[in-house]
Amino acid sequence: MGTELTRAVFNGVLGGGVYALMAVGLTLIFGVLDIINIAQGVMVILGAYLSYALSVHLHIDLFAGLLVTVPAMFVIGVAIQWAFIRPLRGSDRTSMSLLASYAVAIIIEGVLYLLFGANFVTLNASYVTHSVYLLGFYLPDIEIYGFVMAVVLVAAIYALLYRTRFGKSIRATMQDRTAAMLVGIDVNRVSALTYGIGVAVTAAGGMVFGASGIPFNPNSGYDLISRLLALIILAGLGSIGGALAAAVFMLTVESVVDIWQPTWAVLVFYAALVIVLLVKPTGLFGRQAARAQ
Amino acid sequence: MRSHRARFLSVGITMAATATMLAACSSGSSGGSSNSSSTKSPILIGASISTSGDFSADGQAFLRGYQLWVHDVNASGGLLGRQVKLDWLPDNSTPNQVNANYTKLISVDHVDLTFGPFSSALTGPAETVIARNGYAFIEGAGGSPAVFSSPGNIADHNLFDVSLPIEDTLAPIAKYLAALPAGQRPKTAAYPMADDIFGYPPVQVAQGIMSKAGIKTVYSHIFPEEPADYAPAADNVAATHADVVVLGSTDVPTVAAFMKAFEQQHYVPKYFAAAAGPDQGTDFTSAVGVGNANGMMVPNGWYPSSSNPASQKMVAEYVAKYGGDASGVNADIAEAYSVGQVAAQAIVATKGTDNAKVIQYLHSGVTLSSVQGPVTFDSLGRNGDLTAYMFQWQNGQFVQVLPVGAPGTVKLLAPKPAWTNG
Repeated sequence: MGTELTRAVFNGVLGGGVYALMAVGLTLIFGVLDIINIAQGVMVILGAYLSYALSVHLHIDLFAGLLVTVPAMFVIGVAIQWAFIRPLRGSDRTSMSLLASYAVAIIIEGVLYLLFGANFVTLNASYVTHSVYLLGFYLPDIEIYGFVMAVVLVAAIYALLYRTRFGKSIRATMQDRTAAMLVGIDVNRVSALTYGIGVAVTAAGGMVFGASGIPFNPNSGYDLISRLLALIILAGLGSIGGALAAAVFMLTVESVVDIWQPTWAVLVFYAALVIVLLVKPTGLFGRQAARAQ
Repeated sequence: MRSHRARFLSVGITMAATATMLAACSSGSSGGSSNSSSTKSPILIGASISTSGDFSADGQAFLRGYQLWVHDVNASGGLLGRQVKLDWLPDNSTPNQVNANYTKLISVDHVDLTFGPFSSALTGPAETVIARNGYAFIEGAGGSPAVFSSPGNIADHNLFDVSLPIEDTLAPIAKYLAALPAGQRPKTAAYPMADDIFGYPPVQVAQGIMSKAGIKTVYSHIFPEEPADYAPAADNVAATHADVVVLGSTDVPTVAAFMKAFEQQHYVPKYFAAAAGPDQGTDFTSAVGVGNANGMMVPNGWYPSSSNPASQKMVAEYVAKYGGDASGVNADIAEAYSVGQVAAQAIVATKGTDNAKVIQYLHSGVTLSSVQGPVTFDSLGRNGDLTAYMFQWQNGQFVQVLPVGAPGTVKLLAPKPAWTNG
């Protein structure tokens, strides 16, 4: 039993890294823009397809391909923000963002169907199927790399938010858009760049998800979105580090439950969310903390 | 001014999104006008198709199967001198949309006959609507016991599945392993099953057979059909080091996720059979790699290189119309095409599209032909004529390996070769 538990914890921690990579962009976008990006799951798949295209057609390594896909996704994110998100104003802005981002999801899904078809594909590289033997367990290389990348990206975004002038303007916008405008911050520019960064980070999440062993097609994003939303709510909306902690916590809980009764794993995942929110309605790390100076 | 503009844009986005969704929900039709010199109204066939959603890959293949049959029928002059037209609606793989689609097809479009959607998960809910309207429901991918025993079918006996009922599909491999001499018989088996009415019935039957033969069950769990839950379940199976894995998979992603997790865990079962996934031709091998596919088994009633002349003709026509080669023609195509063939024979025999007559005819015990083989329906619409075969990937070829001694059967490759790193 001890062996099974240890393996479940390893699975949870490493799998949590993969989910954190997919969720960080979502929580960043909500934290700054108050936008609920329903398209996040589809954007993960878009990132996976970009990596797939580079890998299959240009034979570019998956990690090296991020040098292309991350900037590409940044540009796509800025364009989406300009076309669909920026026009949303007023008190119903957040609720309207659900509809707008759903439209974005459908459009992206449709384009992916046109370009790649409905057949499932997967990302391949030597480290996708290779694993290292550590403490009596085989740990997949790709998930170790994904976890390390999640930690690095979370640290980088944290540094961006708390150690740069641009980060200060982001946090000011998070706290009060009107006040930020009054002190001379170009809120539209900050919003566009933040949305772009959130989508760009998702390129990394898409690549690791696509390489983690589950074939994907343009529709696969819808399997992800409810779980990603649950993770960032648990973390505390807008909390970057919290997204990583929540992903590790939830995936570990699920993996442990999976030992005894896999069908309960999903139930426990969401039950854990409800229990945490009952005790701490702002989530594990809370939105206020995320927006603190 | 800004507020007015914002409201305008909000409305605009709402309309754009609505338009996009409506476009996604728009129907399609094929056939009817091609090669038609007849003034008679076409025979209208209604179907709900999963061109998006969880079953999109299978659904799009199913649509191609229906369209290919319509094309072939019309090219040979139609049925009873009438052209055939397929009226299909997309369902996004959701039961609610399937129900709405069949209601519209019957009540608004007034289709003559209804064909099934892809999967037991969608056929079951659709059956309720179709039975209520007194239509025959001919389908090729709803073989779960839960579908046949649905209240609508129990009451009206209007469901007809032209394919192999799924419950006994894994029995050949279970019986084969159970019959091996004690020294060669596997000692342990694992039975992970997807939480789907298609996934667990055949695995439970196989488990019963193998348990009786003394093959110890070391893992038997149903796991949620969520991507995040595949790897933990697969890792737990790998930890048992079972000699045999019988996986209740529903599609390529499920079985591919298990295979990759096994490879990462350096675990190679001696025998690995999956309920679905490896039967998807190049869709499967492109997802898992030809090398890793080696030794993977799957039950089926049809395969592209079948010696059935009608099947060979269909495969050739498919390749000519859609490109690729025979190995890319998956079982979905044959299942959908068979639905059309059975319906055509019923229409010709009953001299029309009276659904009551079609139902009566299909329940008459008559044996019909299809690209999958003979079709005879029992009282619940199960096709009892098809034999359950096991197929296996062997060096890039999809070959029949069970039952032993059956025509076309080759030697089963065991133990399963090692993973080949993709």
